[in-house]
Amino acid sequence: MTLSVEVRDLTIRYGDTVAVDGLTLKLAGGKIYGLLGRNGSGKTSVLSAVSAFRRATSGAVLVGGAEPFENAALTRQICFVRDKVDAQDTDHARAVLRMARALRPNWDEEYAQALLERFDLPIGKRLGALSRGAKSALSVTLGLAARAPLTIFDESYLGMDAPSRYAFYEEVLNDYMAHPRTIIISTHLIEEVGSLFEEVVILDKGRLVAHDETEALRGRGVAVTGPAGAVADFTAGRTVLGDQRLGGIRSTTIYGQLSDEERARARAAGLDLGPVGLQDLFVHLTAEAHR
Amino acid sequence: MFDDRSPIYLQIADKIKEDILSGALGEDEQVMSTNQYASFYRINPATAAKGFQQLVEEGVLYKRRGIGMFVSPDAREKLRTERRERFFEEVVDAMIAEARVIGISLDEIVRRVEGAK
Repeated sequence: MTLSVEVRDLTIRYGDTVAVDGLTLKLAGGKIYGLLGRNGSGKTSVLSAVSAFRRATSGAVLVGGAEPFENAALTRQICFVRDKVDAQDTDHARAVLRMARALRPNWDEEYAQALLERFDLPIGKRLGALSRGAKSALSVTLGLAARAPLTIFDESYLGMDAPSRYAFYEEVLNDYMAHPRTIIISTHLIEEVGSLFEEVVILDKGRLVAHDETEALRGRGVAVTGPAGAVADFTAGRTVLGDQRLGGIRSTTIYGQLSDEERARARAAGLDLGPVGLQDLFVHLTAEAHR
Repeated sequence: MFDDRSPIYLQIADKIKEDILSGALGEDEQVMSTNQYASFYRINPATAAKGFQQLVEEGVLYKRRGIGMFVSPDAREKLRTERRERFFEEVVDAMIAEARVIGISLDEIVRRVEGAK
């Protein structure tokens, strides 16, 4: 079972601060989605509203077609995973696991044990005595073993070192293939995890910047490099994401697909067309200059 | 494994073509399943499926329902023919252009090629 996610004209305000600004977004479900955005872009606010941890200031949130807020039957199907566990420092890791087992209808105890072993987690300790990395790993373990139809990892990897993060990515992918469900991963470590996403959503300042298949976004940016005048002629009237000069050479990053005819014209003008990776595209799309 | 700068499904298709050309994958040999491939290279299974689909459309792979994907019997020959057609344009012409830029004469190149016989 998987759940769709729909957000309609969602606005979330904290006092005078607008965290989410009229966001409309539709995820069909059953895929691994990447939610990308800089710090303060509204990622956590959106995901908190989707998980019913927070009420929208205005607009609608629908999960599987229903409102999740104060809907216990639905929220049992939604698992929101942060970089630490929502429990007291004095609680034992073992008690936290027991609680999750009781609350989660699809809980897989065998898988939970395998994850504890893989992340080398000391379950006899109190949460307060765990390292940051161990707290993240425990949180991720709870999220994966819950097998919730909608599972959201909100920068859950934050305390983890690189080997643990890669173990986490591997577990997400393999468990998703074995038990298909809707998974949303918010991150800005795009180079590490980008290949896991079927679709990518990019937020900036609480607004939607892009939502597309990852493979379509990869290669949507083009870096046009060559003599300054020729570059300016070719890129005139296009969406320019970035611009650099070195002496008489100019390199302009543009957004949008080029036709074969346009590519041929660029080559004839002595211009070099280079690809722009997902990470670079994200940096350009959310750069200060565009804000 | 795959770089971030071009669609991964095209990189997958290219990699499998290389394996067929080198003989690492023989004709009628079964290729990894989408999930095995995704797990091995840590990529989304939909991306892997897209790469395989591309090769089915090009006639490089064929599907056996319920079993998996296999290398077409004529795939290697077809790929070699394609590569040969591109060889002079992409490799030889590019070499000659580079030689002109850095001042190597065609006679020198011919002598080198003769020496490799």
